[in-house]
Amino acid sequence: MKARAFDYTRPNSVQEALQAFAEAGGDAVYIAGGQSLVPALALRLQAPALLIDIGRIDELRGLDLADGHLRIGAATRHAEILSSELVARHAPLLSKAAPYVAHPAIRNKGTFGGSLALADPASEFPAMALALDAVIDIASLEGNRRVAADDFFLDLYETALRPGEMIRAVHVPVATADTRAVFDELARRRGDYALVGAGVNASVHGERIEQIRIAFLSVGATPVRARRVEELLTGTSLTPETIRLAQEALDLDLDPPGDEHTPAEMRLHLARVLLGRLLGRLGTSS
Amino acid sequence: MSAGTAIALVVNGEKIQAVVSPRTTLADFLRQDMQLTGTHTGCEMGVCGACLVLLDDQPVHACLIFAVQADGCAVETVEGLTARKAVADLQGAFHQRNALQCGFCTPGMLVSAYGILSSGDVPSREEIRDALSGNYCRCTGYEAIVDAIELTARERQETGARQEA
Repeated sequence: MKARAFDYTRPNSVQEALQAFAEAGGDAVYIAGGQSLVPALALRLQAPALLIDIGRIDELRGLDLADGHLRIGAATRHAEILSSELVARHAPLLSKAAPYVAHPAIRNKGTFGGSLALADPASEFPAMALALDAVIDIASLEGNRRVAADDFFLDLYETALRPGEMIRAVHVPVATADTRAVFDELARRRGDYALVGAGVNASVHGERIEQIRIAFLSVGATPVRARRVEELLTGTSLTPETIRLAQEALDLDLDPPGDEHTPAEMRLHLARVLLGRLLGRLGTSS
Repeated sequence: MSAGTAIALVVNGEKIQAVVSPRTTLADFLRQDMQLTGTHTGCEMGVCGACLVLLDDQPVHACLIFAVQADGCAVETVEGLTARKAVADLQGAFHQRNALQCGFCTPGMLVSAYGILSSGDVPSREEIRDALSGNYCRCTGYEAIVDAIELTARERQETGARQEA
């Protein structure tokens, strides 16, 4: 299938892009990497009158440190996240998840902000934004606002973004000496959508877990934090017994849907297996 | 709806000016306007990898970019890589190792292989498989393709070492 005809504009600034959206009366879509949007247009799941290309706007690019946060420009490509030493040092969870994001050619075009704005529950980066307690910096003609990742993912492909708003950047609290980050996922084939995936970002002092955030992908309509398991683990040290208790408690947090290939019970079982592996690795990783 | 948008880009080293409909993908532009039919269109949704081209030297899916988005960029297709003999050794290794049967996926495979070999290192088989994870081949079962890329990587490194000696 081919996309329905549309007009195209490539503004030079966020302000111009927001204005273009308003002038189109809202019948417009922003395109950055386009790696999910172009197929959606081809399948005519979306058919806007205007495509606003924000992929080359300078203020949406770049990685830098400020106020104890790593700022990731929304149009930063997945491949840049994967190869960035700044990300590896200050947000190691993203470096560990990045090799699992799609395929190399997709990673060369797809953007971090685009992945969050799409909010595919099977994508790695939205779930990692949750695990990292990231803050999403949103631009609109009414001004800028910030939304915590916890309040950003509302439902299937539905986020806190209002019509015309755009993600400018994502701010991630930087890792400390106590930070431990692990990511893994289970898929039938490398690069395929995961049956289940999860990232853990924890602060571990000595043996004691001071703080822990665990986020799952592919277990429902949105990325999901395992809050009850986090509570259970906070203040404890990781032993085979605490890991087993955490695995058992996971059904308090997750209620995954089933389909003909992956029944709900199987997905929950796989999530428990994955959680056990990740917690087992947490003690040894930085 | 505007009739078309003027774009200027470099395709296989040649400066091109064209007027395209914004909805035309780069893959369709290359195949239909430029007659560069080595870029194959398979799934047209970024899954099969038959349409891979280099955009500013990075492998990307030509079906997941509109031609207007390539304005000001340099595009290289399998024809360009072939003409400047950048993949001659890879093509030889594919032939020698029977790494193609119907050949539909081969241009995309060569672009992916060019990408992974451009670092100059010899990748592991696991790394080659990861690089090819977005390329479908329905004939060969991939083993021969991985062999051909691995062979080329080794030969390039040996040739490089000989030239330095």
